[in-house]
Amino acid sequence: MAVVSTIVFLAVLVLLVVNSPGWEDVKRQFFDWAEFREALPEILSAFGTNVRIFCIAEVFILVFALVLAVLRSLPGPVFFPLRALAIVYADLFRGIPTILVIYILGFGVPALQLSGVPTSELFWGTVGLVLVYSAYVSEVYRAGIESVHPSQEAAARSLGLPPLLNDFIGLQKDTALIALLGVVEAFRQSQIDVAATFNYTPYLATALLFVLITIPLARFTDWLVARDRRRSQAARLAG
Amino acid sequence: MRRAFIAISLLAAALAVTAGASGKSSAAVAIPGCATDSLKLVSAGTLTVGTDNPAYGPWFGGGEIKGSKWKINDPATGKGYESAVAYEVAKRLGFAKSELKWVAVPFNTSFRPGKKNFDFFVNQVSYTPQRAKNVTFSASYYNVNQAVVGVKGKPIATARSKADLRGYELGVQIGTTSYDYIVKNIKPTSKPAVYDTNNDAVTALKNGQIDGIVVDLPTAFYVTAVQVENGTIVGQFLSVGSQERFGLVFQKGNSLAGCVNKALTRMRADGTLKRLQTQWLSKATGARVLQ
Repeated sequence: MAVVSTIVFLAVLVLLVVNSPGWEDVKRQFFDWAEFREALPEILSAFGTNVRIFCIAEVFILVFALVLAVLRSLPGPVFFPLRALAIVYADLFRGIPTILVIYILGFGVPALQLSGVPTSELFWGTVGLVLVYSAYVSEVYRAGIESVHPSQEAAARSLGLPPLLNDFIGLQKDTALIALLGVVEAFRQSQIDVAATFNYTPYLATALLFVLITIPLARFTDWLVARDRRRSQAARLAG
Repeated sequence: MRRAFIAISLLAAALAVTAGASGKSSAAVAIPGCATDSLKLVSAGTLTVGTDNPAYGPWFGGGEIKGSKWKINDPATGKGYESAVAYEVAKRLGFAKSELKWVAVPFNTSFRPGKKNFDFFVNQVSYTPQRAKNVTFSASYYNVNQAVVGVKGKPIATARSKADLRGYELGVQIGTTSYDYIVKNIKPTSKPAVYDTNNDAVTALKNGQIDGIVVDLPTAFYVTAVQVENGTIVGQFLSVGSQERFGLVFQKGNSLAGCVNKALTRMRADGTLKRLQTQWLSKATGARVLQ
């Protein structure tokens, strides 16, 4: 039944799109197979930059976010300034749109013309992502640290993992924002192709790559959630 | 009845002649088959022309007008080369100055599929055969060369050939034929940095994040005169293969392009295009050619 209803639903959707008045134009400018094949190799090689960015950023985020979470969890009035700092940080970097953080760092810091400070767009773009996503991930850590009794640490860890992986999926997609600084990653490469031909098909190629790299992580997250549920059910039955 | 008709015709003809005589050029001679009310327009009675906002010099001029949404320059002033060309085309098609309406259209949306909100788009768009598969281009209204801008005193300023430029970090605005020129003809050892806007490329140049930017020659003069202190035009490049040219952009298959082309042909034949180039782009010609 589920299969039938899915097929009927999709068929109706496809018929609606294909019979729309603008479909011929859209087909020519968005679904051009020759264009797709021509653009894919370069986009794929540019996608390597995205992968490098998020692999490096994830390591720094895991460490930096932990520092932030620990600072925020320090007890007592003595540590109030540190706690306040951590709170202000989380508010600030979750509040500012990522695109602005990247823009301000990437063009602003090099404009200071300080000797010894890197001017690389790739460097500052990655720093921007680390700053923003550390704010999110520190909240995930904090939830894990604060909400659970010490005897249930393992459960806390597994509770924290799905939101953490969610943030990383977000990070993977946001690596495209570094294009703003002139870095030719997958999205920028597809933009270049689109502008050269006035054909949007290369965007589809880029979208596909992002989806392909996100799906394994998404399924892994689902699997973790399902496993936890099984375990807690088993524990309840045993108890 | 018939007499009245003749009288009106004579009056109309006389008006047309005086209008022609009072105009700066012989523009009022109507183009056969292109009567104003027979043109297919997005908004009847109005020629709607799109360009990007902000409108930069030397393509647009006249500065900002208070209360107008246009930044840097307001195209409706008629100043600057592209604005002047648009008004001249409009005039030849029988539109009064007030019947030309400007709409702000980002470059990236100028070629999207579906109905366009402009009759044509004028924004230094170069003709390429691939682009022409998705939009209709007019004939050339400007034959353009690319140029490279650097900073005085930096090593790149001493480059005398394309080969000399190969070792430098070059920046460029996305979607430009300047990018194609770098990749196909300069072939630098490191990939060029590609920015959303020319402004971002200029910022990166000022910050020292890149050594040079590649833009069309008139824009290079604007960048060095207005945007980059100590900016210098290292040199210009000649087109490789067919001469690069700017065309007005129309919805694919728009029949209006035929009439606009007739107007452009006349503007070229009677020296109007040349005159407008001398008026608005004259400063933008003398730069060393990098072979």
